[in-house]
Amino acid sequence: MSNHISDRFKKNGLYLRSLSLFYIGVIILLPIMALISIVFKTNLSSLWSHISQPQALYSLKLTFFLSLIIAIINCITGTATAWVLVRYDFPLKKTMNTLIDLPFAIPTVVTGIMLVSIYGPRSVLGQFFSRLGIHVIFDKPGILLALLFVTFPFVVRSVQPVIIAMEKDMEEAAKSLGASPLSIFLKIIFPELSPAMLTGTALSFSRALGEFGSIVIVAGNIPMKTQVASVYIYGEFESGNIPGALGISLILLFSSFSIILILNFLQKWKKKYE
Amino acid sequence: MNNTQFNRTRRRKRKYRLPETLLISAVVIWFSCLILVPFFGIIKEIISKNWKQTIASLTTSTVIHAFTLTVFICIIVAIINTIFGIIMAQVLTRQKFKGKLILESLLDLPFAISPVVIGFMLIILFGPHGWLGKFFTHLNIKITYALPGMIIATLFVTLPFVSKEIIPVLRQLGTEQEDAARVLGANNWQIFWKITLPTIKWGLGYGLTLTIARSIGEFGAVLVVSGNILNKTQSATLHIHDQFTDLNYLGAFSASLVLIFISVLVIHIIQFIYKEKEG
Repeated sequence: MSNHISDRFKKNGLYLRSLSLFYIGVIILLPIMALISIVFKTNLSSLWSHISQPQALYSLKLTFFLSLIIAIINCITGTATAWVLVRYDFPLKKTMNTLIDLPFAIPTVVTGIMLVSIYGPRSVLGQFFSRLGIHVIFDKPGILLALLFVTFPFVVRSVQPVIIAMEKDMEEAAKSLGASPLSIFLKIIFPELSPAMLTGTALSFSRALGEFGSIVIVAGNIPMKTQVASVYIYGEFESGNIPGALGISLILLFSSFSIILILNFLQKWKKKYE
Repeated sequence: MNNTQFNRTRRRKRKYRLPETLLISAVVIWFSCLILVPFFGIIKEIISKNWKQTIASLTTSTVIHAFTLTVFICIIVAIINTIFGIIMAQVLTRQKFKGKLILESLLDLPFAISPVVIGFMLIILFGPHGWLGKFFTHLNIKITYALPGMIIATLFVTLPFVSKEIIPVLRQLGTEQEDAARVLGANNWQIFWKITLPTIKWGLGYGLTLTIARSIGEFGAVLVVSGNILNKTQSATLHIHDQFTDLNYLGAFSASLVLIFISVLVIHIIQFIYKEKEG
């Protein structure tokens, strides 16, 4: 009897497992393999010549450079935001905590449109900045603002639970023994928060690398000036230059893989730490 | 005033020292400038316009078609990814098999890959020369530059949400209750409806909400796959992009405002779920 039940259970499990493998295989794995197979078919030197074109190289450099800046800013501001939200009380704190998730819910195109409406050449703020000689929209500051908007929640949401779970005893003990706030932060708080900070930072870096919708609106797609990698790929694809799109796509794909691997490693490290 | 009372009032009206006040204000100002200020731009633009014009720009047949298409794709994707999300979460928490780690890593990929690259990959796979494209052309089914392609692209970008939210809940639940039910003679369906579903319902709700939000807002992958054909494969976000590039700002702003309303609704649902989960 019990054998019969476990047999039926196993059969059912096998059925569900094949269904999951099939679904992930078709929706995620096959498209990735299709892209990689095309790469193997094309001549490697011609692929390299497409990647090393000045426009393509510039878009890659710009993307990695901006994403790195975004990651660093987010690491600091995100951790500070999480800290303030957990440890202090101030008016409208609950509302602010709710609104942290807003960038995840707003479509990226809408983010771009909103930034144009507030910083665009026709707006009050836009005219104010252009009188100072700073062009926000159709220039790099606009891209930075768009990226900061869409990646804001990552670090906050990965650090927040860790601060909530953190015991205050260690800090208080250090404080009563006369440690300065800086050394309390560096020696007690930072080591405990660093895995979560790294996870959030890596996530916002990877999101910034691939971001398209908000940038395509805000950046104006000017080659060698505001054209990031994802916009470059779209441009090459639209004009029918598939090999040109292929090389940069491959580099972005490879970066995504590496970040996922690093994150999985981080998670294991975190478990070991606990 | 006795001691505990004193402590309580002191905690409630705790005065922060200067560095703490500075930190709090810095965070609040940064957040307001970065996240809240952009909303005022679009609200100001809409208010400055005649509301009749705004309504008119939202009721053209193109706009209605675009929003209907978005809602349709969203419903299909939500159903498919909820079903497969539950199945994948069950498989990843209740079974041991070779390659499970690879499967779990694959589940992280849709969030990490650029939406444009996702669209490009799908064009390669389902295009006329692609592995699956050849097969579907043979059957006379059009995938790319048509509705099926848009649905597949949205499935790709929203695939992990439901299972990612359920997996930790299922891990926490363990298998004791399910095993007990099985020994008592319950079949798999009974176990799912009576034990699994009631436990995962809030995680499922959260994952489903994120799936819906993302499928309404998806742009890059859908743009590449759909070809953005007016009145045919133009979804709401593609319509906004089109209006913007055509310099028809009112159309772009009013359609954006509709999507912002939906996003705010989504945030409220998420908050509600958080409260229910804790309460």
